Amino acid sequence: MTPNTTFAPKGVIPPDAIKAEDAIPATKPVAVAGTDILTVKNLSKIFGPKPERAAELVKQGLGRNEIFEQTGNMVAVNDVSLSVKAGEIFVVMGLSGSGKSTLVRLLNRLIEPTSGQVILEGRDIAPMSTLELRAVRRKKMAMVFQSFALLPNRTVLDNIAYGLEVAGLKKPERYEIARAALRGVGLGSYEKMLPSELSGGMQQRVGLARALAVNPSVLLMDEAFSALDPLIRFEMQNELLRLQKEEQRTIVFISHDIEEAVKIGGRIGIMKDGCLIQVGTPAELIQSPADSYVRDFFRNVDVSRFLKASSLMTKVNGGLISCDVGTSSERYLTQLIDSGAECGYVCDESGRYQGCVTPASLHKTGTRPVRDALLQDVNAVSLDADLHELAGIALSQEHDVPVTDTAGRLAGVVSCRTILKQVMERRAA
Amino acid sequence: MNSSVIGKFAEDAVNFLFQHFRGGFDAFSAGLGAVVKLLEDGLAAIPFVAMLVILVAFALWRRGAVFSVFVGLALLTIHYMGLWAQTVSTLALVIAATFFSLVIGVPLGIWGARNKRVEMVLRSLLDFMQTMPAFVYLIPAVILFGLGRVPAVIATIVFSMPPVVRLTTLGIRQVREELLEAGRAFGSTDAQLLWKIQLPNALPSIMAGVNQTIMMALSMVVVASMIGAGGLGEYVLSGIQRLDIGIGFEGGLGVVLLAIVLDRLTESFGVKARKAKRNAPAKAGTGTAVRT
Repeated sequence: MTPNTTFAPKGVIPPDAIKAEDAIPATKPVAVAGTDILTVKNLSKIFGPKPERAAELVKQGLGRNEIFEQTGNMVAVNDVSLSVKAGEIFVVMGLSGSGKSTLVRLLNRLIEPTSGQVILEGRDIAPMSTLELRAVRRKKMAMVFQSFALLPNRTVLDNIAYGLEVAGLKKPERYEIARAALRGVGLGSYEKMLPSELSGGMQQRVGLARALAVNPSVLLMDEAFSALDPLIRFEMQNELLRLQKEEQRTIVFISHDIEEAVKIGGRIGIMKDGCLIQVGTPAELIQSPADSYVRDFFRNVDVSRFLKASSLMTKVNGGLISCDVGTSSERYLTQLIDSGAECGYVCDESGRYQGCVTPASLHKTGTRPVRDALLQDVNAVSLDADLHELAGIALSQEHDVPVTDTAGRLAGVVSCRTILKQVMERRAA
Repeated sequence: MNSSVIGKFAEDAVNFLFQHFRGGFDAFSAGLGAVVKLLEDGLAAIPFVAMLVILVAFALWRRGAVFSVFVGLALLTIHYMGLWAQTVSTLALVIAATFFSLVIGVPLGIWGARNKRVEMVLRSLLDFMQTMPAFVYLIPAVILFGLGRVPAVIATIVFSMPPVVRLTTLGIRQVREELLEAGRAFGSTDAQLLWKIQLPNALPSIMAGVNQTIMMALSMVVVASMIGAGGLGEYVLSGIQRLDIGIGFEGGLGVVLLAIVLDRLTESFGVKARKAKRNAPAKAGTGTAVRT
């Protein structure tokens, strides 16, 4: 399991876990606490006539269906803990009925939690009064809906200004902000139209602009693109990524589409039967899935771009030559031959990668500087080069692919064998 | 013919009201009477030609050329039959009764939409009000308010209120849940939800209710001629009393023409609901009016 994973299996957590903060699994990301903007602790929602009784059964470790049969209560969200960092897109991913839509509504209390905490910027939303909650909804959290949920009787501009209007902003003020938001999503000239006159994709742009207009701390997007055609969905995903590049927002994005999740998500939380079973970056989930449920999600996804050089590379053994490229090649020939490596990776005193040499090239250069012995066709890649790029480079050269970090230092090499193995594995899957 | 205990009870209830609140009823009667009188005098003060021009222009704006021609012909026909004064009198009663029906009915409908228990009580009450034969209302109205326009308006209010209450409740209930969810998510208060989301989106349904209330009011105002409401109903009544087919037909035709004009004009304000109205019994009101 990856370090960021929050895994709360039923029955493992002691019965008093709901009250005790320290009962949160140790795997919770503690190191990033300073930048956590939204933290959810042991959040549960049980629908039905006797939630207390159902909560007891949950603690006894009974399954969702058994509880439903015995009490008529539905455990929609079961003891979910997670934290969202400022500026990231956190995707909650799961099949329909896994509780992800309920979870997002618990965050702004469109659905009242049965137990647990929702801490936004240090304040728990769960016990707030109606008045406080309203203030949070007006200023801190905005939501984009799967069905767009635009008011059909209002123009595009008045729809976008809705959040500002209920918060009490005067007309000129709120229109100014709403116009800016509308321009932001590329619909500047549509302000006087009614939602019904727009296409689905445009309507959701309006929905997005409405949420962005209130400049929320956290943006909740509930299957925001699921109702759109594949092509428009693709376009909207890019639009979201573009907006995210302009200004880093904190977004909780609900999706049932794994391709969408890996495309836009910095981190993904996988939900199953109301439980959050794993949280991690796409690469973490792909490389070490918690169970077959998580693995199955990625079965039909092209994951090669999530396999980065940084996770595939190994340290350079033996073949590392640290020298000034101006010195004579002869000095390093024996060193390289003795190391037994096929080729040597040359770095200067500060560790910056200079190039690759072989015993043959060093021998040929003789007393001339090492600089002249560097092979011309060996290219280094960056840490976040994906499998595609690595395979392309590996094809064009004979040697292992050197990987450099952002400062140009040699971080490691990816062997051609590793690349070939990964390519074969993806094909087998 | 004697009534049983049930009838006695109703009689006692009305008598009790009459004996203990006579002053209140008298004052209310005087106030309402003044309002209706003012309205009728106001409408009567407008010359026929001016009224014709106003209504034809209004019809042109709301529904187009064909209907405006119809309105013109209808008014001219009424005028030709010499029934203009009666028509104006009937119109004044309809407007007054409809106004009070809406003032009471719309808030009741909103209340019913927000509270299931209230809706249950309202529903049985409205069922009772709607199915009780219209003539029955005339009896307590006369006892409490005497003869004339005031009891006519009161009876008409009671009879014509149910549709607007029902359709207001229905319209608010039918507002898509996701719109309310969006409203709440952006921090609306309950009042903001009502005024900015529920009522605007329920408006087509409410307007259908207003339209039906007007039609019910028109039919009841004609029936109320029996207690001295005056207007077109009185003309029809005299046709019945004299068994004069000509008078009866002319009075009836006046009612029909007025009903069509009112129906089509008010219906045009619920344009968005037109699709829904095709399925709903929106024409029931017109039917009642024509039958009378």
